[in-house]
Amino acid sequence: MYPEHYRYTNDHEWVSVAEGQGRVGVTDYAQKQLGDIVYLELPEVGRTVKQGEVIGTIESVKAVSEIFAPVSGQVLEVNTALAERPEGVNHDPHGSWMVIVKLSDPAEADRLLTASQYGELAK
Amino acid sequence: MSTIPDSREQVIFEKSAAGRRGFSLPASDVPAADLQGSIPEGLLRPAIDGFPEIAENDLVRHYVRLSTWNYSVDTGMYPLGSCTMKYNPKVNEAVARLRGLGDLHPLVPDAVAQGALAVMHALQEMLGAITGLPAVTLQPAAGAHGELTGMMMIRKRLLARDGRPRSIVLVPDSAHGTNPSSAHFCGYEVREIRSNERGNLSIESLAAVMSDQVAALMLTNPNTLGMFEDHIADAACLVHDKGGLVYCDGANMNALVGKARPGDFGVDVLHLNLHKTFSTPHGGGGPGSGPIAATAALEPHLPVPVVVREGEGFRLAGDRPQSIGRVKAFQGNFGMVVRAYAYIRSLGPEGLRLTAENAVLNANYVRARLRGAYDIPYDRINMHEVILSDHRQNAHGVTTLDIAKRLIDHGFHPPTIYFPLIVHGALMIEPTESEGIAELDRFVAAMLAIAAEAETEPEKLKKAPLTTRRSRFDEAAAARKPVLRWRPGDASPSSLGPRPSA
Amino acid sequence: MTHRYIPNTDADIRRMLEAIGVGSIDDLFAPVPAALRLDGDVAIPPAMSEPDLLRHLEALARRNADASTWSMFLGGGVYRHFAPSFIDQLLLRSEFYTAYTPYQPEISQGTLQAIFEFQTLVCQLLGTDIANASMYDGSTAATEAALLATRMTRRDRIVIARTVHPHYRQVLATYAANLGLEVVEIGYGPDGTVDMGMLDASLAGAAAVVFQYPNYFGAIEDPRPIAAAARAAGALGVAVVTEPVSLGLLAAPGSLGVDVVAAEMQGMGLPASYGGPHCGVIGAAEKCLRQMPGRLVGAARDAEGRDGFVLTLATREQHIRREKATSNICTNSGLMALAAGMFMAAYGREGLPALARLNFDKAHYALRAIMKEASGAGVRAGFGGGFFNEFVIRGLDNAARVRDRLLEERLVAGIPLGVDYPELQDALLLCVTELNEAGEIDRLASALGAAASRP
Repeated sequence: MYPEHYRYTNDHEWVSVAEGQGRVGVTDYAQKQLGDIVYLELPEVGRTVKQGEVIGTIESVKAVSEIFAPVSGQVLEVNTALAERPEGVNHDPHGSWMVIVKLSDPAEADRLLTASQYGELAK
Repeated sequence: MSTIPDSREQVIFEKSAAGRRGFSLPASDVPAADLQGSIPEGLLRPAIDGFPEIAENDLVRHYVRLSTWNYSVDTGMYPLGSCTMKYNPKVNEAVARLRGLGDLHPLVPDAVAQGALAVMHALQEMLGAITGLPAVTLQPAAGAHGELTGMMMIRKRLLARDGRPRSIVLVPDSAHGTNPSSAHFCGYEVREIRSNERGNLSIESLAAVMSDQVAALMLTNPNTLGMFEDHIADAACLVHDKGGLVYCDGANMNALVGKARPGDFGVDVLHLNLHKTFSTPHGGGGPGSGPIAATAALEPHLPVPVVVREGEGFRLAGDRPQSIGRVKAFQGNFGMVVRAYAYIRSLGPEGLRLTAENAVLNANYVRARLRGAYDIPYDRINMHEVILSDHRQNAHGVTTLDIAKRLIDHGFHPPTIYFPLIVHGALMIEPTESEGIAELDRFVAAMLAIAAEAETEPEKLKKAPLTTRRSRFDEAAAARKPVLRWRPGDASPSSLGPRPSA
Repeated sequence: MTHRYIPNTDADIRRMLEAIGVGSIDDLFAPVPAALRLDGDVAIPPAMSEPDLLRHLEALARRNADASTWSMFLGGGVYRHFAPSFIDQLLLRSEFYTAYTPYQPEISQGTLQAIFEFQTLVCQLLGTDIANASMYDGSTAATEAALLATRMTRRDRIVIARTVHPHYRQVLATYAANLGLEVVEIGYGPDGTVDMGMLDASLAGAAAVVFQYPNYFGAIEDPRPIAAAARAAGALGVAVVTEPVSLGLLAAPGSLGVDVVAAEMQGMGLPASYGGPHCGVIGAAEKCLRQMPGRLVGAARDAEGRDGFVLTLATREQHIRREKATSNICTNSGLMALAAGMFMAAYGREGLPALARLNFDKAHYALRAIMKEASGAGVRAGFGGGFFNEFVIRGLDNAARVRDRLLEERLVAGIPLGVDYPELQDALLLCVTELNEAGEIDRLASALGAAASRP
């Protein structure tokens, strides 16, 4: 259910780390809770973010959720194509990355929840 | 008028044709003035692009037909919790339109507005008597506006008394969204307090967070679960002891009019909704009116202008050095003030008492009749509204939304749904005193039929409403690509792509 | 006692108490602690019958200066224009005025479509991309427009012209004081419009530049240099329109480079009603959409693919975003927006310019007539520039006293400006609309001439 090689936060973000970069998205649990996603507010490229900081919002018709940075670093890329078609988050939450962060502290990701730990949380 | 369900009412712009007219102006009895000489170059408007040209009878048909797509409280019950959708008396409409009231310009000198000032002053006195809070202003234009005004008065009071406004406002997790929003717009940080298992404000939680950094506790009484906050006097003491003030959201006053007064609970400031408790019509989304009633200590901080006695008459006083200032142009929503005044004069003290008693009676009756078919999270005597949840119906995959939409097929507007947030799948039912037992029995029968349908035909409920001219809308698509205005050349208002084939 | 608004009889009540399982109504109020229950009756007057109530309010109404038996030359943010008779009769249709907010779109398409049409008409009138479904009034719309600018620019300094309506400036000051925002006022020049030198000197770090069009003195500000100056400084230009009929003649602010327009729609035939309910609205450029306060109606399709309308983008609002909302507004001015929409649709493309032209001609006739009668006594045109239907006359020894004297002749000769502009004790602000007849205007002119000549 939850990809093994991702890491997860208590706020239902996932991060997939490769070569010092982290791809960030939200989990299946999050998209189910929110319902049909209608809008994504994503950070500016180049912005420095700290772990736990609010970097954007994700909106459905009846709810808003903040997106918290799972890791610290610099925003390299933002998925503007996904922002144009936010329903992609509902269809494929674990395949829809929102932000790519250049990690300032790779060890941070290791301290996040594993897939099985998050699976317990999201029951 | 077409009865084909698919057909829509054209937008007004589609009915326009060059040369048609819907207006009548007197011929000019003065010479034409020099336009080009007076208006700077480039500021003269060539035309109002897009404005329609339509004959009067076509205009009338358009709006009359549009009106037939609406439900209204004159059509049937709105059991909307915390909205108090009571009957809107027709004499109120007549008096609001009287020559000398409806057409009165707000800037005429006080000497020739004495009748209007008398109405305002009298309503202030009556609201003061009803709430037990003597310092009243009619300036705020709606409940949320009143909340903001009341919070500003609290802030000003703290500044005047202590030299500092404090920084935090406490709000229960069951509060209406306008509460934290208004506190925020007053410059305060909002902290939530959890309710206890009985659905009441938790005194322990309050005591734990109350400090000299807390400016105020904002609460609603009866609360948004329809329960009287029986420890409110203790809560007020707790707050006052640490120098804070108590703000009460008076949206649920319909349970208390003539029976109890928030001023006696230790409340410092309260707002009222004339468009709820005091019968002024909702108008499809306003206008409303949100007067404030406060203790004498807060009187200097009332917004300007204030209606004061002067000799045999009244005047508008603006010279009030401790006032929070102005919150709206002119004098508040006077048209709603007149209506509420007429309503309270029509009821008198006995009528007010009957109002609260029947409001509470009706809500408890609905609870008693629906027990067994619906989950009632707080199954004890409630006030003017009762909360159900969709817990039982969930077992069949049916949700609060489905129940609400199916009620429409039975000829009722749905109750308040998914509020307050602390009850999962909340359905909040407030019949008001305007409904008699016959109508309540019809409502109960509809709810029982839906409960039965949830067990036998849940798929049907998920498609409800089935009998209206429009069914459930794709609100997600509407939000993703917002179309907020008509543009010439639009094949249909919702330019959301080609229509699916029938 | 029974009341005609409360159907339950004693027999009904007994049945219901039995179903609930309590003995009396008092039992239902048991959760209210005895100490907090009211002893006896609320101290308000006893109930009045309907005929008595009507008589009572008619008597109170007669003590006020009504527009049909007094000659009114009053503007100052509230304008008397002729609303076609059909409008008020339509507003009395139950399905319009006793309907709730259209949260259940399936049974609210009438309201929703009418507001969608209103939003469109407002966009066309103001020259903006988007418009909301109304605010309380112009003063709170102007304030919320300034707050919108602070959110978009992330600055907390608001520059506002002194020629914006005094009440509007006071409301902004009240809100700003509670939010720690800085408000800087810009004075006016000899022609009664914004002093551009002062403006340029105050622009650094501004979130918004707020001006009124036409301004409080009736003078016509040029939005173009103001909007350009704002833009150059990274601020939003905010035009405030208190007399929307003026836009039948004047170019739309949105088309002149202004980002946000806050308007009062009372001039679109809404009753003066001693100050309310009226109808504010905010129109803005597309880029402001996410920060727009208030409700928005959008087009939508239902499950069968049929066209309709819904309230949309609700995540901006208080009931979802709570303390992070764009505004705390909930109830707005729905019925008044419906009425204003009807007025705009009735006058339409040809009628609104014709109405505006009539106002323009009558007001200019009035100024000429007053000059003829009163210039001998030292009265002069206030600022000399162009105006729409409101203008200032100056040179009166005591404008307030002159205005009070004319009350005795059932003439309300405008607003003495000295109350809000201490430097203008000699000035009156006069408004003339299509409802003032030439004979009435002549009477005003000679009365002013006589009053100005008296010591």
